[in-house]
Parts: sequence; C-alpha cells; structure tokens
Amino acid sequence: MPKPEEVKYTKTHEWVHPGAEAVVGISDHAQHEMGDIVFVELPKVGQKLEKEKPCAVVESVKSAFDIYAPVSGEVTAVNDAVTGDPAVLNQSPLGNGWLFKLKTSNPAEAETLMDWTAYQDFVKQATH
Amino acid sequence: MSTATTIRRTALNETMRKYGGKMVDFHGWELPIEFAGILKEHEAVRNSAGIFDVSHMGQVFVTGADAFKLLQRTNANDLRKATPGKGVYSHVTNENAGLVDDIIAFCLAPDRYLVIVNATTATKDYEWFKSQGTKMHVKVENKSDDYSMIAIQGPNVPKMFDTFAPEALKLPRFGIVEKDLLGEHCYISRTGYTGEDGFEITAPHSIINALWEQMMELGKPYNIVPCGLGCRDTLRLESGYLLYGSDVDDVHTTYESGYGWVVSLDKGDFIGRSILADQKVNGVKRRLTGVTLTGGVPRTGCKVFLDGKEAGELNSATYSPTLKKGIGVGYMTPPNLKPGTPVEVEIRGRRVKAEIAQTPFHKGTAFSKTLYTGK
Repeated sequence: MPKPEEVKYTKTHEWVHPGAEAVVGISDHAQHEMGDIVFVELPKVGQKLEKEKPCAVVESVKSAFDIYAPVSGEVTAVNDAVTGDPAVLNQSPLGNGWLFKLKTSNPAEAETLMDWTAYQDFVKQATH
Repeated sequence: MSTATTIRRTALNETMRKYGGKMVDFHGWELPIEFAGILKEHEAVRNSAGIFDVSHMGQVFVTGADAFKLLQRTNANDLRKATPGKGVYSHVTNENAGLVDDIIAFCLAPDRYLVIVNATTATKDYEWFKSQGTKMHVKVENKSDDYSMIAIQGPNVPKMFDTFAPEALKLPRFGIVEKDLLGEHCYISRTGYTGEDGFEITAPHSIINALWEQMMELGKPYNIVPCGLGCRDTLRLESGYLLYGSDVDDVHTTYESGYGWVVSLDKGDFIGRSILADQKVNGVKRRLTGVTLTGGVPRTGCKVFLDGKEAGELNSATYSPTLKKGIGVGYMTPPNLKPGTPVEVEIRGRRVKAEIAQTPFHKGTAFSKTLYTGK
C-alpha cells in the first residue's frame, strides 16, 4: 500500500501511483466526503482511458460520483474486491480499495498532478 | 408566506455540531445529513436505538367547538378514529383530490387537536385550514416556531421509557400523551418515520437540548446514536412512507399514491371526495409502485421501462441498507403491476434489470401487532 506522499492527486480527488503499470484510486478525503460506499462500477480490462475523462462510478448511499482517469492508458487489471465489497473503499482507499491498474501511454502526464502537500492545500482551500 | 434568504437553525443546532453532525441545507433548514455514517445510523435504528432532531416539522393547533368539523372536512381520513389520546395519519386534500400535505392529526381533547405537518408546507397548511374554517367556531394556530421536536426510534427505545415516561408505554401506535418534562408541557406520541417502534416528543425550545442529552443517557445501555436526514430517508423509504414534495404533492391523489386505506369515503363529505369516489370506482391511471434492483443504485428521476416501453420514473430511490439492494418508488402506468414483474431502470443511460416489488419493502417493529407496554 502506497503512503499518501507516494502518490499523485487530481483536482477531482483521484490518486495515481505512477509507474509503467500505474495504480488508481480515490483519496481518503474523497471517500470521507462520499460517505458509505455501496456500489462501484469499474472499467473493463483492455479498455483505453483518456486523462480527465470519466471511467468509473462510485456510489454512496447519498449520491453517485464519476471517477476520472488521472492519466491516459490501457486498463490492465481491475480490483474485483471493491466491486464485491464496496465498503473496502471507505476502509482502505489507498490500499485494498484501489480501483484499477493501467499501462500508461504518456508517463509525463502524472508529472502535472498534485503531490501530497499541494493536494492537502487544495482540499483545505476547497473546504473553507 | 415568507421567503427566507437566511438559513434556519433549530434549537438543537449546536448540539448537532457537538455530536459531529455533517450539516446541510434541507429546504432552508440547517440539519445534519449524517453523524457516524448513514449505514451505521440506519442499522442502529433497525436493531436498537437512534435519535433525530426533527424540529423542522411543524405544529398546527386546531381548537374550538368546530375543530373536529374542520379537520373532518379537510382530511381524507376519518377523524372519528382519533379519539382523545389518539392520532390518525391522513392526507389533507384539495379540490382536485391532490394533497395539500400528509399529516398526523392528534386529538388531545374533543375540541383540541395537534396537527403535525411537514416543514415545507407548515405555512401553506395553516393558511388552508384557516381559509376552510372562516365560517366555523375554530381557532387555527401555527405554533411551529414555538416547538422543537425529537424522534427516538428503534426496537429498544420503549425500554428507555420504563422510568422516564411509563405512561407513554401504554400508548398504542399513533397514541399521544401530554406530560411535563423538565418542568415544561410536552407531547409524547408513539409515532415515527422509520418503521420502528419509538416516540416523538414535541417540546419547547428551552428544554430540548437537556431532553436530547437525557435521551442519550437513557439510551446508553442500547448504544443509542444520533441520526441524520440520510438514514431518515433510507429508513422511511424501506418502510414505504411517503415524502411530501417527492412522492406526493398538490397533483397526485391518495389512491394514486397507493395509500387508499387513508381514504374514508363513507365518513361524509370532505374536500376532493367526489374525485376520490370516482377513482375508487373507475380506478387510477398511474400508481406509486415499488421497484428493487441489484445492478446499481437507483436515484430520483430514473426512468422505468416495462417491455421496453417507458412506464414511469422514480420519485424516490436509494440503496436499502436492510435489503442490501436498490429500492425506489415511482408513478407507474399501468397502475396494477404485480410484484415480481420484470422491469428495467435506466441508470446513467444504461438499462438495469429490476422488478416490481411490494411496499413496504421492509416491515420493522412499528408494524408489529404487539408493542412493549412496560415492565
């Protein structure tokens, strides 16, 4: 499980652990704001994702939330554990609650995302 | 009519914040959507005990020699069922048999009634009762601003009242008792919006925070939790209770809403009766109908398809924590779809398999024939 400082964040509250096979999830702040998560819809393995385009859906009791691809690439794996037991997303958003992995088509894209410090400031600004 | 530009806060606002309530704007009222989480709160109410601030609800007092006459004329249900110490759930009907509101009318004495009305409709109801009672010996008072209200709900809640208010334990469902609490005149009724046994207490603002704390203390053995609007909605929808403004309104009728048992055609004339009498004989074209599904979470506005054709859309829908699937209600045509009928619900442009379901989706302890009456 990556530490919060080891991943990059989007303004739409996804995280990505960069690499040849990048891992994508939602931030702890996001799961907290969503509340109890009860349904997750993930992309299919082999699906090509485009940065900032919706690619998955997370539903809490309250509402549905689109998940946007933090970087472009082809999906190589999806986490069936979260579709089977969506509460895992609340319990471990950076660990067992990862959503999918993808082979990045443009590794430089991750460089434009926020690091942990910048993301914390971003969240602070958004909530005040 | 007031068009409030500033948000209204209940007398419990600071207490809600102290307990960690996530505050939201609910039709102009600042109320907690959740505390520990909707699922935890929902389960607490279904299995043990939960407490809600429902101070946004309104209180209209109808008093005088013609109090009964006015309520009998403005309600679809028969107020004769509300003998002193009892209440009836009813629909206040307009000339088109649409709903002015859905209410509980409690008879405190033959010439004194307490009507619990919805927050968004309190002023409208008050004006309506007043306009209908101009030629009657009746006083209509909107005291919504003078009272707070808490709901204590769950199968273990009656046990909390063993020493606190044993007289309340003698109440049947929809019974009411007047009692001094913390030195102030209060109303305790065996009612609620969760489908579980429990009580609602209408009390002056001055004691409501102390009363809340007292309930938290009495509920400690049962792990009582503060509950927000989020689980209030999942609990009421599972129980098949209507939400005014979403499921019923000035247009849809009581028969269309599937609440035909509320209509008492044989009690004599009342506003909207002729239309309801006609619907009783000739049927309705649409009816509020339940659906369940597992392939997603249905939401308000989702379209429902029967044999590929649009049959209606969902007025209320959510994830049911008890059934662990999606549930919803919507006005469907045809109006008599049988439970188990396969339909499809469109969620984000995709049609998901669903089926027509009986409402209530779940029957909690409020539906049980025998209630706890005390030690």
